[in-house]
Amino acid sequence: MKAVISVIGKDAVGILAKVSAMCAEYNANVTEVTQSVLQDVFAMVMLVDITKLSIPLAELSDRMSELGKSLGLSIYVMHEDIFNTMHHI
Amino acid sequence: MLNISDILETIRMIQDECLDIRTITMGISLLDCIDSDIDRACEKVYNKITSRAKDLVRVGEEIEKEYGIPIINKRISVTPIAIISAACHESPVKFAVTMDRAAEAVGVNLIGGYSALVQKGFSAGDRELIESIPEALAKTSRVCSSVNIGSTKTGINLDACKLMGRIVRETAEATVDSDCFGAAKLVVFCNAVDDNPFMAGAYHGVGEPDCIINVGVSGPGVVRSALSKHKGANINEVCDIIKTTAYKITRVGQLVGVTASERLGVPFGIVDLSLAPTPAVGDSVAHILEEIGLEQCGAPGTTACLALLNDAVKKGGVMACSSVGGLSGAFIPVSEDAGMIADAKSGSLTIEKLEAMTAVCSVGLDMIAIPGDTTADAIAGIIADEAAIGMINSKTTAVRVIPAIGKMDGEELDWGGLFGHAPIMKVNRMSPSVFINRGGQIPAPLHSLKN
Repeated sequence: MKAVISVIGKDAVGILAKVSAMCAEYNANVTEVTQSVLQDVFAMVMLVDITKLSIPLAELSDRMSELGKSLGLSIYVMHEDIFNTMHHI
Repeated sequence: MLNISDILETIRMIQDECLDIRTITMGISLLDCIDSDIDRACEKVYNKITSRAKDLVRVGEEIEKEYGIPIINKRISVTPIAIISAACHESPVKFAVTMDRAAEAVGVNLIGGYSALVQKGFSAGDRELIESIPEALAKTSRVCSSVNIGSTKTGINLDACKLMGRIVRETAEATVDSDCFGAAKLVVFCNAVDDNPFMAGAYHGVGEPDCIINVGVSGPGVVRSALSKHKGANINEVCDIIKTTAYKITRVGQLVGVTASERLGVPFGIVDLSLAPTPAVGDSVAHILEEIGLEQCGAPGTTACLALLNDAVKKGGVMACSSVGGLSGAFIPVSEDAGMIADAKSGSLTIEKLEAMTAVCSVGLDMIAIPGDTTADAIAGIIADEAAIGMINSKTTAVRVIPAIGKMDGEELDWGGLFGHAPIMKVNRMSPSVFINRGGQIPAPLHSLKN
C-alpha cells in the first residue's frame, strides 16, 4: 500500500530533509522521489510505502499539513488509489 | 505506474478547480419502524437512524483525509414519511422533529424523506403529511421534504399540483424570518427517483435495501478549466474533453463510494453522475456553457450547449462506475451557481428559458426566487408545466421555487453557504386558475408516435 506526498511552495533549505524525517518518524518508507525547482517554486512528489505506518494515514495527512504550514508550503498526503482510479482504465 | 503529471493534474483539480465529492448519502429504510403509536414509532425512527448512521460522518472525514479529496456533505435519506406515519392517524410533524434530532445527533447537515408519493392519488397519511410540511420545515432546520405529483406511467395528479402550489407558498410564509428558507428545503417532483443522494429531494425508496450508500459527485470547475485549454476546438472535440473529464471526476466518486460502503459495512448503491455547482467562484455550470461559446447563459443556443454537456457527462461517467443512478445530469440551481446568479441579474436568463433548459438536463426549476405576490395557483401552474416536461420526456423534473414573501422582482434573497443567494425573477402574471381548479388526473402519455 502506497501514498503520494506532494510538496509545493517556495524553495528553501531542508524541505526534503524535514519531510523525509517525518516519514521516518512514522515508519513510512520512501521508495521514490521526484523534485524540481522552477524559478524558485519547489515541487516534490514522493512515493512512500505505508504498509507499516505507525499512525493512521489520516493522521499523517494532518501532521504533514501542519508541517507544511510551519514551512509556508502546501503538503498533501493522498492514498495512491485516487490517482490509479482516476488515470487508469 | 504513477505519473507525475497525473498526480499534479489531480492536485490541481482539487486545489484550484473545486473538484469535490458533493455528498455521501446513507439511505435508511424506516419500514420496520411503523407503529400505530406515534411516540413509539418516533422512538424507533430515532434509534434506527442514529444506530445505522453513527459512523457516517467519522468515516466520511477519514476518507476525505486519506485521499485528499473534500467530501462536502454527509447526509441521510429515509423512507417517505407518509408511508410510516399513515398508521398513526395524527399530525406527522413529530416525525420531522425526530428526524431533525437524529440528524443532529449523528452530525449530518440535512436529512431527506419528509415525503409523499401521490402521482396517482392520495392514500392514507399523504394529505396529512403534505398539509404539515409548512409547520415541519419551520420547526426544524435539517429536514428536507419532497412530494412526487406525477410520472410518465401514471400521468400528473392535478389535485396534488394545486395543493403543492399552496403548500410551497405557506412554507415560505412560515419561514419569512429566515428569507423564506423553508421553501428551499421543499421539492415537487415528476418521476422522482428512489436512490437520489442530493438534497432537498432525496428519499429512500421502498424497493431499496435496508441501508445503502449513494454518492453524488461534482466538478463544474474542472470541466470549465479543461475546456478553457482548448479554445477553437470543434464541437466533437468539446464533447470528448467533457467525457474524459467526467470520467475522471466520476472515478473518484466510485472510489469514495466503494471505500465508504466497505468501512460502514453497508452495500454500495449508485454514483449520481452530476455536475453540481456551488456559489463558489469557479464552480459554475453557467460558466461551462459560456466557455463553450455563449456570451451569457440564456442566450440563443443555451439549450443546445446544455444538452451536449449533459449527454457528454453521462457518457463519460457511465464507464467510470459500477452502477449509476440518482438524478444524473448537470444541475441548474440558480441561487447555487455564481454564473446563473449573474445572468439572471443581467436579465439574460429568464424562468421561461430555464424551463426549456430543464427538458435536456437535471433536474428542474431549481432554487429560483419568485415575487412574493405570486399566487398559489400560479405556482401550481409552474409545477404542472415542469411535471409535463418530465412526464412526456420520461425524465425526472422538479420545482423548487422560493416565493419571496413581501419582496418583488429585482430584489434578492440571501441564505449564504451552499444555498447561495437568489435574485427574484419575474413570473408571467396571467392566471392559470381555471385550469388548475379543474382538478383530477392528467392521463399518462402515449409511448409511441413520439413527436
